[in-house]
Amino acid sequence: MASISDPQSQQDSFRLSMLLNDTRYRGLTFQFIALILIIFVMAYLGMNLVSNLATAGLTFSYDFLGDPAGYDINQALISYTSQSTHLRAAFVGVINTLLVALFGCITATIIGVTAGVLRLSKNWLVAKLMAVYVEAFRNVPVLIWILIIGTIVTISGANPRAFLTRGGSVEPESEMLFGAFAFTNRGFYSPAVNFGPGWIIVLLALIAGIVGAFLWRRHMRKTLYASGKLLPGWPTWIILIAPVVIAQLVLGSLSLSMPDVESNNFNIQGGTVIGKPFIALWLALSVYTGAFIAENVRAGIMAVSKGQTEAAAALGLRPRRVMNLVILPQALRVIIPPLISQYLNLTKNSSLAIAVGYADITATLGGITLNQTGKALECVLLLMLFYLVISLAISAIMNVYNASVALKER
Amino acid sequence: MKKTVFLGALAATGLMAGAAAAQTLEDVQSRGTLNCGVTTGLVGFAAPNANGEWEGFDVALCRAVAAAVLGDPTAVEFVPTTGKTRFTALASGEIDMLARNTTWTFSRDNDLKFEFTGINYYDGQGFMVPKGLGVTSAKDLDGATVCVQTGTTTELNLADFFRKNNISYEPVPIETNAEAQQQYLAGACDAYTTDASGLAATRATFEAPADHVILPEIISKEPLGPLVRHGDNEWGDIVRWTLNALIAAEELGVSSANVSDMASAAGDSPEINRLLGTEGNLGEMIGLESDWAVQAISAGGNYGELFEKNIGENTPIGLARGLNAQWTEGGLLYSPPFR
Repeated sequence: MASISDPQSQQDSFRLSMLLNDTRYRGLTFQFIALILIIFVMAYLGMNLVSNLATAGLTFSYDFLGDPAGYDINQALISYTSQSTHLRAAFVGVINTLLVALFGCITATIIGVTAGVLRLSKNWLVAKLMAVYVEAFRNVPVLIWILIIGTIVTISGANPRAFLTRGGSVEPESEMLFGAFAFTNRGFYSPAVNFGPGWIIVLLALIAGIVGAFLWRRHMRKTLYASGKLLPGWPTWIILIAPVVIAQLVLGSLSLSMPDVESNNFNIQGGTVIGKPFIALWLALSVYTGAFIAENVRAGIMAVSKGQTEAAAALGLRPRRVMNLVILPQALRVIIPPLISQYLNLTKNSSLAIAVGYADITATLGGITLNQTGKALECVLLLMLFYLVISLAISAIMNVYNASVALKER
Repeated sequence: MKKTVFLGALAATGLMAGAAAAQTLEDVQSRGTLNCGVTTGLVGFAAPNANGEWEGFDVALCRAVAAAVLGDPTAVEFVPTTGKTRFTALASGEIDMLARNTTWTFSRDNDLKFEFTGINYYDGQGFMVPKGLGVTSAKDLDGATVCVQTGTTTELNLADFFRKNNISYEPVPIETNAEAQQQYLAGACDAYTTDASGLAATRATFEAPADHVILPEIISKEPLGPLVRHGDNEWGDIVRWTLNALIAAEELGVSSANVSDMASAAGDSPEINRLLGTEGNLGEMIGLESDWAVQAISAGGNYGELFEKNIGENTPIGLARGLNAQWTEGGLLYSPPFR
């Protein structure tokens, strides 16, 4: 003990060569050298950039974000005109990206879990069909799928003119479904909901229904655990729906405005429109990512030992309950981590939106704004920042969820 | 101290890299080929033919410049660019010049730091609609869905036109002309808008061109021309005067058929002699051989010949000279004198 901590001998023993020869210091030496190299490479690239910008007479500034954009966007969830600023155009793009990413993640999960479970089905045909789906979508680039699905949606829908009466002068070729729904090659038209007086009460009734349904489910579970008696599930739906229906019937505050086929010569006006670009991109991203999620789900299920299934079956649980109560909760631990990266992939893949004319952030800020202002560096840096923030946010949320389903080690 | 020296050296390297960009002529000559940016495909202006060779009105300008600089009209590397990638390609030095029906605007000239070296086609933005729609004027397009190429002046003019006339529309942004054509034919949009020349060229490739009409309104001025980077005036002059040489050649009656005869000996007309290098030293002034204009004209012909061959009335595109006639014939083409 004394000989090791002797300060005299330590001082004597440290020589410069120990930085390379002594394993205690070698790691630090190499890390330091690597750090210096990285700093110099970054500095070199940065200086190059600055001097080349100066030579070309270009300046680095974000002032252009305050200028009028000058172009129109076909899907804007916040008010936007061609006189709005580039910044607002970027926000429109951000919202569109988040919208398609959110819906894409939800449907991709539903498709993926279904396909993953079905691929393990004992039914040969179902299992093989799912295998074909997974392999076909996983092994073809997503851009190709976006283009294929965009084309299919364009070809399969009727031209909106087929529904138009053009001021009553023409007999329309096609009737809208229930006079309210139409699937065209430019989007899906449905009635819009108008919020009349008292709509807040209807909304509260809806919330009350949801809370009530939730409480009934909890009551069901408690009764099941306490007495072993399984209460029926159907009252959930009645509790969920009844209050809002009654409130609406009494107050009549919500009304529907039907899509208008008379006033315009080219398109159906009014109503709620889900644009073709959104449908195409959403479907393509969902089925593409769904194929990957299906494989994650299959891997997760197969990771649960067969003994669990047999034990559950021995207890008398039916196959569906075995899946829901025994297998999936355990499989989730294996499924969630790769699922996070699939959500990130889907969000990043949504940047291919312009292929079908969808105005996401890459199309507005990284496309039209970049091109009209020529501020390539500024726009691309902003884009990178946006995708970075979104990806980290998704990771953070999913990590919290992962922690909640992970194996609790006590 | 050491660090300062190192950073100084880095800065010097950076500056040298910047300075090198200002010597396009030497780069092109030492490389032996001209890198010319064109569209990804617009029949008549720039598109590969059945043999995979690029041809068209813009392509011919690239070939004329290559002939003037390198003496070989085939020494061109064509780089297809979209409306979005074209300016980055030029600014980064990937291409030496851009001949891609690009509209000359104030901000492109000054803010993007490019230099437009002339106008090779006076154009304007128009609309094409299927005949079956029964539309006769662009002002009837209220509520229509319009396909438009993204990253173009067209997109901005479109927004302005509809706003000015207080009518609504829905834009469908499209990346390339080919995609726009497909969307338009599939009925995903009611109208397609781009430069009128582009509409004519696109319509010419349809199975049934007669089923589509180009509306009479021209909603903008679109002077299309070749452009180069700011800051290399010698190179800019070469591209500018090659275009002028082609225009002047038509005015002076010099064509690909008679140019070699006329260049063999000095003739009666002093301006033709100066243009063709049999008199004076214009070639030397621009840093090229004395027969640079002869080479440019023999590459594909004078302006008029190029027009007739690629987009003129006898081609499927069938554009009339209109504004693009010589000033002596009521058009806007007017080359400064060669002296």
